[in-house]
Amino acid sequence: MTRTIRYALLTSTLLAGPALAETTLTIESWRNDDLTIWQDTIIPAFQAQHPDIKVIFAPSAPAEYNAVLNSKLSAGSAGDLITCRPFDASLELYNQGHLADLSDLASMANFSPVAKSAWQTDDGSATFCVPMASVIHGFIYNADAFEALGLSVPTTNDEFYAALDAIKADGTYIPMAMGTNDQWEAATMGYNNIGPNFWKGEEGRLALIKGEQKLTDDAWVAPFAELAKWKDYLGDGFEAQTYPDSQNLFTLGRAAIYPAGSWEISGFNAQAEFKMGAFPPPVAAAGDTCYISDHTDIAIGLNAASPNADAARVFLDWVGSPEFATMYANALPGFFSLNSTPVAMEDPLAQEFVSWRGKCESTIRSTYQILSRGTPNLENETWNASANVIRGSEAPEAAAERLQAGLASWYAPQQ
Amino acid sequence: MASRKPVRWHIGVFLAPAVLVYTALMIIPLFGTLLQSLFNKGAAGERVFVGLQNFATLFGNALWSDAFWNALGNNAWFFVVHMLVQNPIGIALAAILSTPRLRMAAFYRTAIFIPTILSFVIVGFVWKLILSPIWGIAPGMLDAVGLKSLFAPWLGREEYALTTLALVSVWQFVGIPMMLIYAALLSIPDEVLEAAEMDGITGASQFWKIKLPLILPSIGIISILTFVGNFNAFDLIYVAQGALAGPDYSTDILGTFLYRTFFGFQLQLGDPYMGSAIAGSMFGIILIGVCVYLFGIQTRLRRYQF
Repeated sequence: MTRTIRYALLTSTLLAGPALAETTLTIESWRNDDLTIWQDTIIPAFQAQHPDIKVIFAPSAPAEYNAVLNSKLSAGSAGDLITCRPFDASLELYNQGHLADLSDLASMANFSPVAKSAWQTDDGSATFCVPMASVIHGFIYNADAFEALGLSVPTTNDEFYAALDAIKADGTYIPMAMGTNDQWEAATMGYNNIGPNFWKGEEGRLALIKGEQKLTDDAWVAPFAELAKWKDYLGDGFEAQTYPDSQNLFTLGRAAIYPAGSWEISGFNAQAEFKMGAFPPPVAAAGDTCYISDHTDIAIGLNAASPNADAARVFLDWVGSPEFATMYANALPGFFSLNSTPVAMEDPLAQEFVSWRGKCESTIRSTYQILSRGTPNLENETWNASANVIRGSEAPEAAAERLQAGLASWYAPQQ
Repeated sequence: MASRKPVRWHIGVFLAPAVLVYTALMIIPLFGTLLQSLFNKGAAGERVFVGLQNFATLFGNALWSDAFWNALGNNAWFFVVHMLVQNPIGIALAAILSTPRLRMAAFYRTAIFIPTILSFVIVGFVWKLILSPIWGIAPGMLDAVGLKSLFAPWLGREEYALTTLALVSVWQFVGIPMMLIYAALLSIPDEVLEAAEMDGITGASQFWKIKLPLILPSIGIISILTFVGNFNAFDLIYVAQGALAGPDYSTDILGTFLYRTFFGFQLQLGDPYMGSAIAGSMFGIILIGVCVYLFGIQTRLRRYQF
């Protein structure tokens, strides 16, 4: 299969040579899972409008992407368009002069500052990638189980724990499917899922970066205190439960609530045989503003050394259009368009997730921008601390203090 | 007139492939790593010579030294478990297997040796499944004998995780000491054993008084192999617990600490200079251990020539 594609790609490059009027653009990407979607849906749609520009999607394996891309860029053999990882990996490429500044691209106006923040210089003066998609955090629940137990969807913290208590008292289901063996779920689907409601999303995140707030402030310790309460609602032996274990517990219908990221949607749709619903992280009191983690994940930029920069800009401008957004979001439910124009999606679960953008404030994971540049790495430490807090081996305050001390050891604004 | 000694060029020719390959793949990278540990990144990202500053950071800065001593302590415990469990069991198995009256010895020998040839990935995965509190057979088996209360999610508890993994590793590698000792036991001449029997030394006392002293050099070799293998270990921990060696770094050994530092992990970018310093320290620890053995123990062992 891959071989055929490779031959097809080779042949197409050869054929493209003589046709001088035509420009060929090559896209570097790690999303090799999406090859058919690009070839069958996205590229034909673009070429229908721009028959003079030919586009080739040439992905490499996800784990090798950063290394392969770096060496190709240094050697000058990289494609015209570069798929961008969020934050420091891409910023480094921009600082080295490998990615072009795209701040003046017309369709950049279609994106909010938060959407663009993952691919901007620290001062926000230059944006170097067009945002494509984000993933949203929340909780997916077993709707059949909720119905059988007569539970309504919780919106406040009290209702959330009341629901968990009711599920636990009934005993048919494990209240919540999560383990601490792999650690990252505790931080990503735990701390950074419920946290934004406490630190007020962007407000707290930016204050932390500026050094105006500390990780030992109440707003940053409170999510740990919540995680500490989760322990009683997790399954037997959750300490050794892995990420795939949690996924299976939920899709087999043995657990009622799953702290989730929207990327689970397509997998869960295929596995689960019950009705599913989703709710955003609960707020303290009814009517409070809710905040969600709407984490910017994937974007696309222009190779500064590309000889086809004009054609590439045409393509990038199209990637920033609502038309592309609709196509992409429907082909990959759970990867949500970052475009400000609302996108119509077919999948009900994906619709539910994306509807929160209308009523809640969006933010990204607190540890991703700037704060994970030093040693110790704040993101990795947060994995460890969140898992410790859930297991009960470290008190919320102690965990926060440790994180703060680590951050302050290298990050000047926090000193 | 004495003819000139002919140049024995064939020695060089036959040694060359091994020397070249070994130099290219082992010696140059080793010295490259040691050299790299003396450098670090300058202000503009260029490589600057910093002398022993990386080692000063590693041992002097609490952020690094705590992690390093934790990893070293865990590594030492990992080694102790192997020495106390793997090697005695290996020797006992070899002694039993070499009993002439044992039936199906070949079958047992093979069965016990098979885990050794399995990949770490398979061993780690299989044991994770066996011990899983959700799907594992361990809780069910304990339940069947009425000992369910003894079950705990061992791999997820700080106090048990490292010992559990060490025992998994023992299970995997017990075949190696068994095979080496078995070979050593078979090489003991029958005359010696017959003479012992004439003197009335049989059974267990024959093992303790005759066989054990004769296989001591083999036990020494096994100990040093275990030492080097354990302080270079990485795969099993990485497969079972990931690069963060959870819970709370309680299974972090030098190998996983090196991996995280050198190659980076998730948002943490790799730091080849500090990584080389850790690799250099590991090399030093193993070198010291091997030297202590070679000069302190090996030379004092009595050898018997038959």
